[in-house]
Amino acid sequence: MVQMTNTSAIHDHVKSGDTLMVGGFGLVGSPLTLIEALTKHDVEDLTIISNNVGETGKGLGKLLQQGKIKKAIGSYFTSNREVADWYNQGKLELDLLPQGTLSEAIRSGGAGIGGFYTKTAVGTDLADGKETKVIDGETYVLERSLKADVALIRAEKADTKGNLVYYKTARNFNPNMATAASYVIAEVDEIVEEGTLSPELIATPHLYVDAVVQSRYVLTKEGVVER
Amino acid sequence: MSHKERIAQRAAEELSPSSIINLGIGIPTLVANYLDKEQYIMHTENGMLGVTSVEEENIDPLIVNAGKQPVGEAVGASYFDSAASFAMIRGSHVDVAILGALQVDSEGLVANWAIPGKNIIGVGGAMDLLVGAKKIIITTNHVAKDGSAKLVQECEYPITSRRRADVIITDLAVFHWRDEGYELTEVMEGSNIEEIKAKTKLSYRVHPSAMQKEG
Repeated sequence: MVQMTNTSAIHDHVKSGDTLMVGGFGLVGSPLTLIEALTKHDVEDLTIISNNVGETGKGLGKLLQQGKIKKAIGSYFTSNREVADWYNQGKLELDLLPQGTLSEAIRSGGAGIGGFYTKTAVGTDLADGKETKVIDGETYVLERSLKADVALIRAEKADTKGNLVYYKTARNFNPNMATAASYVIAEVDEIVEEGTLSPELIATPHLYVDAVVQSRYVLTKEGVVER
Repeated sequence: MSHKERIAQRAAEELSPSSIINLGIGIPTLVANYLDKEQYIMHTENGMLGVTSVEEENIDPLIVNAGKQPVGEAVGASYFDSAASFAMIRGSHVDVAILGALQVDSEGLVANWAIPGKNIIGVGGAMDLLVGAKKIIITTNHVAKDGSAKLVQECEYPITSRRRADVIITDLAVFHWRDEGYELTEVMEGSNIEEIKAKTKLSYRVHPSAMQKEG
């Protein structure tokens, strides 16, 4: 049963040492309101699974500055220059994955698959130390699936049952992350009555969603604004 | 026309109508300027098929390409999640990827994601695109900013894939992979065989038509 709540869901469900999945491609489709709540929540040693660690001092970048992140798993940390500084000082562990491997690891994690063989990264530094297998004459590398304690995602709309629809390229990692965490908090721009979303358009059925939170921060042409 | 624009224009000539094309960041992005928007279908790995350009007044901050630049929605466009997007790429459903490169070598191997000695903290979709797209076109300046060769005998930078590039287009030359090696197929306007020879360290053969086009 989905809970219609507010950012108290962060305080109630995120603990020190947790692994969190956080949706978004840069700030697009990023759960900005939930991340803001996380920066005000007293936790440490978090492992963050997200494509980027936000930007310098923005989004997850703020959480990094607070020293709350122990490890980040993602594909493109270059978008936040401070990530390299923290990493070089030994204050942050990084696990860099090709973006397709990251997204598939999340998808398969939510689908009850322990790992998968992909041809991406075979013969490169990112496959170092990983098991390989030749299938039908082609070499593949074994990648482990990913799961999290809590997923923080963003959708355009939720109905009161917890069904979600997404908007344009703000979809990105969000639907996959919704499947791969023990507890899923969805930040949405609009909450509508159940029965009003077209069943054909629902991308995340409600069984994946535990809590729905109304967004307060939105990305506009002028940047992130509080509404 | 700048060097970059000439490279992009030449890359556009390699594409067939109704192809599904993924453009990397930098010079590859410019290729779209030389294509009939009705006939070519652009894919972006953050989850969209049917990418087109957008006028300033119509920008939607939630429609971006992989370079996080605002883009427009072509007629018949669709959106999908990241895992589905990379399934399209790895599953060879994207016809062509046009990518930049730090180095390309005689074996056709591409290095375009990391520089030794600098922090290796970003790869994005480069490895998936290189391994998965049916055809790989590399667009790059012929030499690096410091004048050193980018087309090298063997990559010194970490490679992006074991998959080789099919075509290399630079401001000086066009190379196609044929019969187990690169062939110089075209000398770009303003260059000549001697200049290409002096600035290229990868092994290549010269196709007779490249000699004729010169001058």
